[in-house]
Amino acid sequence: MSDTNTQRREFLKTSLGAAAVAIAPGMLLYSTANGKTEGASSQVRWGMLIDTTQCKPDCNDCVTACNTENGLSGGKSATDSQWIRKIEIKDVSNGRVTSLPMMCQHCEHPPCVDVCPTQASFKRADGIVLVDRHLCIGCRYCMMACPYKARSFVHETLTDQNPDVPRGKGTVEACSLCVHRIDKGQIPACAEACQNKAILFGNLNDTNSEIYNKVRSVASKQIRADLQLNTGVRYQGL
Amino acid sequence: MADLSALRSMNRLFYVLLAFGGLAALGGAYAVYMMEHHGHIISGMNNQIVWGMPHVFAIFLIVAASGVLNVASIGSVFGKAIYKARAPLASLLSIAMLSGGLAVLMLDLGRPDRIIVAATHYNLTSVFAWNVVLYSGMFSLVIVYLWTMMERRMNVFNKAAGLAVFVWRFVLTTGTGLIFAFLTARQAYGSALLPPMFIVLSFAWGLAVFHVVQAVIYVWNEKKLDPEILQRKKNLLGVFVIGSLYMVATYHFTNMYFAHQHGFELFILRDGGIYPNLFWWGYVVLGNVLPLLLIYAPGLGKSKCVMAAALLVVLGAFALLYVFIIGGQAYPLNIFPGYEVSSSFADGQIASYTPSIYEFLLGFGGLAIAFIITTVSVRVLNFMPQDKPYISD
Ligand code: SF4
Repeated sequence: MSDTNTQRREFLKTSLGAAAVAIAPGMLLYSTANGKTEGASSQVRWGMLIDTTQCKPDCNDCVTACNTENGLSGGKSATDSQWIRKIEIKDVSNGRVTSLPMMCQHCEHPPCVDVCPTQASFKRADGIVLVDRHLCIGCRYCMMACPYKARSFVHETLTDQNPDVPRGKGTVEACSLCVHRIDKGQIPACAEACQNKAILFGNLNDTNSEIYNKVRSVASKQIRADLQLNTGVRYQGL
Repeated sequence: MADLSALRSMNRLFYVLLAFGGLAALGGAYAVYMMEHHGHIISGMNNQIVWGMPHVFAIFLIVAASGVLNVASIGSVFGKAIYKARAPLASLLSIAMLSGGLAVLMLDLGRPDRIIVAATHYNLTSVFAWNVVLYSGMFSLVIVYLWTMMERRMNVFNKAAGLAVFVWRFVLTTGTGLIFAFLTARQAYGSALLPPMFIVLSFAWGLAVFHVVQAVIYVWNEKKLDPEILQRKKNLLGVFVIGSLYMVATYHFTNMYFAHQHGFELFILRDGGIYPNLFWWGYVVLGNVLPLLLIYAPGLGKSKCVMAAALLVVLGAFALLYVFIIGGQAYPLNIFPGYEVSSSFADGQIASYTPSIYEFLLGFGGLAIAFIITTVSVRVLNFMPQDKPYISD
């Protein structure tokens, strides 16, 4: 009896050891591949100020630029990704119509990051809210939690991807504030494309920046400010 | 001595049932394969309705899995003999439904192959992540609990295990309710009433499932349920049904009270087409009024009536979950309060959703898993409730 027990223990020990040996290199590779972003500084808070009085109702340039930059199809079916979209809003009390671009608001307290079970949704030190395509399991809880409907789920196999902007079937994606451009010192594609200068991009923490001073001198709003998410994207003229 | 040919035909029936279950499970596997291959484009879900039919099935199974344990708790924690005799069957059903529900939930993920990531990159603030712990904990606890009942030497731990299960399942259903309660941006959810509502709903749904399965097992074994026990069971079901109806009504009344939810309530209860229809006819009439009549109306309340009532409660559960999950997403998100909105991304519009066959296949696959676990276990182990000849309490 005790003999069998010893044998069994030995067997368990050996197989556990073998399993560890088999798994360890994989785990090592895995953590290397998932190394977090470097270089994003918490001194910086990237954001945008959108002047809705300059935004034209029939203009779609920011949307087109975003699609080209990020390799999106530009399709408008219910299953197509739309990282940025134009919304027309009409004030019910006085009938005034405004047109504005809507995208991920890069909240300081993003609900998507709170609810994500795997930490795939995360906020970079410089305030950009992103999805790690390698961690996202595609549960769509973040889409349920986002107050702005900023996120899309990739419903089908993708072709023609932009190598700078990896996307993946079965995962969730959204406006990245063109993080790949920002890291090269460029501004987001939508801000660059807007001929009406309706989208001002910059560092909300930099006292010398245009956006810093403008946010302090003109009246601007956060959308759904009642939720107290402290969005990085602000709107002027609402 | 039982008739040999009768025994043989019962045996055959068992395999036929099992084959049906297996077929449904295979259908589920096929749906998973297709969704993996083509993406969720072949489902009816989209960027507006992100959770669909699979979630209706999964949440039903998980909520009922927690509720069915009520039968066990009344036995173990409150020491009622007739419930104690049913605790093993209740535990088995709980494990079976939890397995089915979790399978559906996991296999609907965009990347089910990455499920292990949920364990390696755990996010402490995510209710989803808490639920992963709650579900696996419940699974292990109920297995231990079953062990303490079935193994004589473990009997001494039965009370403790029963208590642990009792507490755990409350937390678990609270967790399920919290998944929605934390979605404060959406009109349909974000209510503190949701966790208690789910708990009371779980009582009714769990007991209904228990009753159906128990009735089938009794017929199978050519036994008759003591009318006294049936009487108690059906009264309890009646009370749970009334309780859950009360909770659902309160949830809608409080929503009505908040001005900004008014539009949503009108949508769900009056103007929303399929949703008010499913709510009033499916949930209220078929899922509550009719079962209550079948249970309480004079002259009714016999064994067949109670069976029908239990089945209707389950049907009503599906109707309610459809309205709650899908109707809740179909109503437009209020991004600009006080404004009329329109866009290319369905802002300000009622989202449309038609579930696809794959979603149903996946959902029924989950039911099939629960069915197979139950049928096989009941066959190989003894889950038949053993009642004493008299009822002491
Ligand atoms: S879909 Fe992906 S990013 Fe969104 S909550 Fe789920 S795992 Fe996180």
